[in-house]
Amino acid sequence: MTRGPLDLVRARPEPPFEFSFDGEQLTALPGQTVAAALWQSGRLAWRRTRVGDRPRGAFCGMGACYDCLVELDGVPNVRACLAPVRPGTRVRTQRGDGHDELR
Amino acid sequence: MVVIGAGMIGAACADALALRGLQVAVLDRGPVAGGTTGAGEGNLLVSDKGPGPELELAVESLRLWRELADDLGAHALEYEPKGGLVVARDPRAFAELQASARLQRTAGVTAAEVPADALGELEPHLARELAGGVHYPQDAQVQPALAVAALLRRARGTGRVRLLAGTTVTGLAEGRVETDTHGPLHCAAVVNAAGTWGGEVAALAGATLPVLPRRGFILVTEPLPPLVRHKVYAADYVADVASGSADLQSSAVVEGTAAGPVLIGASRERVGFDRSLSVPVLARLAAQAAELFPVLSDVRAMRAYRGFRPYLPDHLPAIGPDPERPWLVQACGHEGAGIGLAPATARLVAQLLDGEKPFMDPAPFGPGRFGKEQS
Repeated sequence: MTRGPLDLVRARPEPPFEFSFDGEQLTALPGQTVAAALWQSGRLAWRRTRVGDRPRGAFCGMGACYDCLVELDGVPNVRACLAPVRPGTRVRTQRGDGHDELR
Repeated sequence: MVVIGAGMIGAACADALALRGLQVAVLDRGPVAGGTTGAGEGNLLVSDKGPGPELELAVESLRLWRELADDLGAHALEYEPKGGLVVARDPRAFAELQASARLQRTAGVTAAEVPADALGELEPHLARELAGGVHYPQDAQVQPALAVAALLRRARGTGRVRLLAGTTVTGLAEGRVETDTHGPLHCAAVVNAAGTWGGEVAALAGATLPVLPRRGFILVTEPLPPLVRHKVYAADYVADVASGSADLQSSAVVEGTAAGPVLIGASRERVGFDRSLSVPVLARLAAQAAELFPVLSDVRAMRAYRGFRPYLPDHLPAIGPDPERPWLVQACGHEGAGIGLAPATARLVAQLLDGEKPFMDPAPFGPGRFGKEQS
């Protein structure tokens, strides 16, 4: 656990489960958002910007800024800070607008 | 001079007055572009206007916008001369659209008829079953908040403009503007550029100006690759704008943005200053947009914003001096066209204040046209 407030709030979560990020198996706790689970794994960036291909992750962390977008189970532009992570969820780095199929 | 309102009209007026060498204070009770302007879409349109004074104002204004883009840089305004494409669903609507385009051409509008089989060249993702359209190359787009900032920056660069944001006007009299945070300001004239709240500002001087809010929603999609090249809307939009009904009117106005999201306007409702979100209105806008662009039916809407378009009973703005108070110059009530009409409005205001011959007859915009004032 590199990041997380579990100790601070003396949390006793249910058992962890697995999800994948860019094909790699990671662990999450029930109730976590995708952003929280990625942060917990030490990842701070999971998107590349449309202009300039710059890294982005959670900025506001509360659904307002749209910086933390990921591709979630094949759907792009999902806010990682709001979407709950579930067992088997497939998360992928989002590149650009995530809609290459419309190009 | 005191300009009340730091939105698009106020910024354009401050800029025009400062460039003529006048000293200007721009007041706003909120932030820059925080009211009517910030809730708009940034439409610079001639396509939705029939021949008459508003179209004359719009043609001049779009010419001035091109100059502004040259002077300030298109990028600083996100100025995009993308053109408009108005489409008709059936042959009857296409015939009406063609007839209105013929009239518009007599007023200096470039309008090219586009047969159904050529629509795809202009808009590859447009629905197939449309009857035809008219292409308006003069239609353009700016990002309203950026445009306001750019104009205020230039105005302040003259050294003659003070910006007093967060300053509420509490009283208006000849030569004197009372404010809550900066005391009284002394001035030769006051420009009322308070948008939807222009009636309240006029009332401070004892003047009557029946500006009322008309609520409009804009739906914002997730960022997408360039799918929509023009401002595209169905011919019904023009009838909606002109409608006298208080009920909901909506017809999708669809356009891409430089940042990626597609913007979907434009609804109109007279519900006072009710800011509550209406899901049925948004659903209807989304359905109408997907009807025009089937590709959008699989795209997600990220958010919506809304604002109040300041309308006057005859759908024309009020530009010019109050009939009984020549020191109070009205410049508000542009409904959904204020961004587009701002530079020409400012030109008229500056010419009227400077005693110069105005570039067009301002009588149709005269604030005295609404009848007897209240005592």
